[in-house]
Amino acid sequence: MSRGEGSLVAMKKKPVREKKKASFDVEKYRRDFPLLNQKVYGKQLVYLDNAATTQKPQVVIDAVTRYYSAENANIHRGIHYLSQKATDAYDESRDKIQRFLGARNWREIIFVRGATEGINLVAQSYGRKFLKEGDEVIISAMEHHSNIVPWQILCEEIGARLRVIPINDRGELLLGEYEKLLNKRTRFVSITQMSNALGTINPVKRMIEMAHRTGVPVLVDGAQSAPHLAVDVQDLDCDFFVFSGHKIYGPTGIGVLYGKTEWLERMPPYQGGGDMISRVSFEKTLYNKIPFKFEAGTPHIEGVIGLGAAIYYLTKIGLGKIAAYEAELLAYATEKLSSISGLRLIGTAKEKASIVSFVLGEIHAHDIGTVLDQQGIAIRAGHHCAMPVMDRFQVPATARASLAFYNRKEDIDTLERGINKAFEVFK
Amino acid sequence: MTSDLKELYQELILDHSKSPRNFHALKGTHRKAEGYNPLCGDRITVYLQLDGGVIKDIGFEGSGCAISKASSSMMTVSLKGKTAAEARDFFENFHSMLTERDKSFDKEKLGKLTVFQGVSEFPVRVKCATLAWHTLRAALESDGQTVSTE
Repeated sequence: MSRGEGSLVAMKKKPVREKKKASFDVEKYRRDFPLLNQKVYGKQLVYLDNAATTQKPQVVIDAVTRYYSAENANIHRGIHYLSQKATDAYDESRDKIQRFLGARNWREIIFVRGATEGINLVAQSYGRKFLKEGDEVIISAMEHHSNIVPWQILCEEIGARLRVIPINDRGELLLGEYEKLLNKRTRFVSITQMSNALGTINPVKRMIEMAHRTGVPVLVDGAQSAPHLAVDVQDLDCDFFVFSGHKIYGPTGIGVLYGKTEWLERMPPYQGGGDMISRVSFEKTLYNKIPFKFEAGTPHIEGVIGLGAAIYYLTKIGLGKIAAYEAELLAYATEKLSSISGLRLIGTAKEKASIVSFVLGEIHAHDIGTVLDQQGIAIRAGHHCAMPVMDRFQVPATARASLAFYNRKEDIDTLERGINKAFEVFK
Repeated sequence: MTSDLKELYQELILDHSKSPRNFHALKGTHRKAEGYNPLCGDRITVYLQLDGGVIKDIGFEGSGCAISKASSSMMTVSLKGKTAAEARDFFENFHSMLTERDKSFDKEKLGKLTVFQGVSEFPVRVKCATLAWHTLRAALESDGQTVSTE
């Protein structure tokens, strides 16, 4: 049943309720993001580069401002009023994130600089402790460089082998090949939940189940997925989960690593310094409990507080509601763009979210980017830090429009006009 | 097209990007160098045939945007028959035109290459225009290394 039919039937039966259900007041949410309301080169900004970074709602900006104008102090050490306030705000953010991810315990939430650092932490700490020569790590052909290079570094260091799950022409993982790759030498699987270059959503729950059959732990890279779909780490049963604050409407330089207690407690620290110790002497140092064992030095306090505000903001709207609206928007964008002759979509997986990657005949993505930019449209042009994906589809680069819940159908219409303009320039 | 876009994508540039000249490898003895822009993935190889310090033949291969293709193509046209010293001088002038605020470059010497002046209004695209030239310089030095814009 098409969407059109569905709404028609529903309209006849329960017009009022259906109307309510379908309404997503995008204009109301747009007003929460001050940056969106601006002109570039005299044109209304159309921001379609959300997979690179998202804009920040006023509540996040306010939270960071409030911290610096009223609460700034170092945490976990001062015995004064401000330090307690800052510590409370910091700890509250951790609780919000624990609930957001559905983690069992706040101690399983570790603050890092971003998804990249989260993966590096696991590769270095878990990897060097539990992997040895001849072992194998499985990733996929659609990983971001940040989920390739840390494993390459580890594998090179210890003489382990990196195995790669291939993808099909639609940009979907070949699960049969994954099954074949899982063997008795496999010690770790690190996989993205959603591809930043293709938009593909991977069946991570099933993949985790498959890995767990032989006791292999799995890290899920949620940098792209966390802003678009509701995540429950206990339901997924992933061993590790990472995401970045700035891609989920929070500040840059802050991110989260979730890890199961059983692993985190057995893993050695990633960095040494203050806050991660319980006692230091020159003979021996006792490490602090988790998560502090992994949080050396004064952390990115305002980042954590800002991220907490972003998560609270998102939770209030509801990830389910956001996902439903974004799916509608993606369907609209896919339909509009596929009807442009000469445009080839890169990434046409059945399960997808929020990303439309494309090439236009012989026109290079950078030229498309410049033409669109002149019309106030911000997209990403390039390899999206996923060069192996570009190689797989035999393109040097793609243009990528990535959506957020503050985008509107008219933004897609503007994009469509912009693309036609690019054809005009390079006809 | 907005006026800035017109400045950037002038007819001459579009023409060279669509039908690049000297767009092939050189056979026989030659020097070559590879250029790479990690930001966009553009790759180019410049081939040189030198005869007593004179560029007897020059060609290029690779993939890139309209600006980088046109820039490579027009570079080869400008440099054929020039001495290595003259080529270096071209490089300096071209580079100044795109990257220096006061733009103290020799307009006469650059001739048609001044068509790229509009690129300086697009800072993120400057590297697209200069990639071929950096690669040329490497080929002249001929250390066989890949040069990078970063």
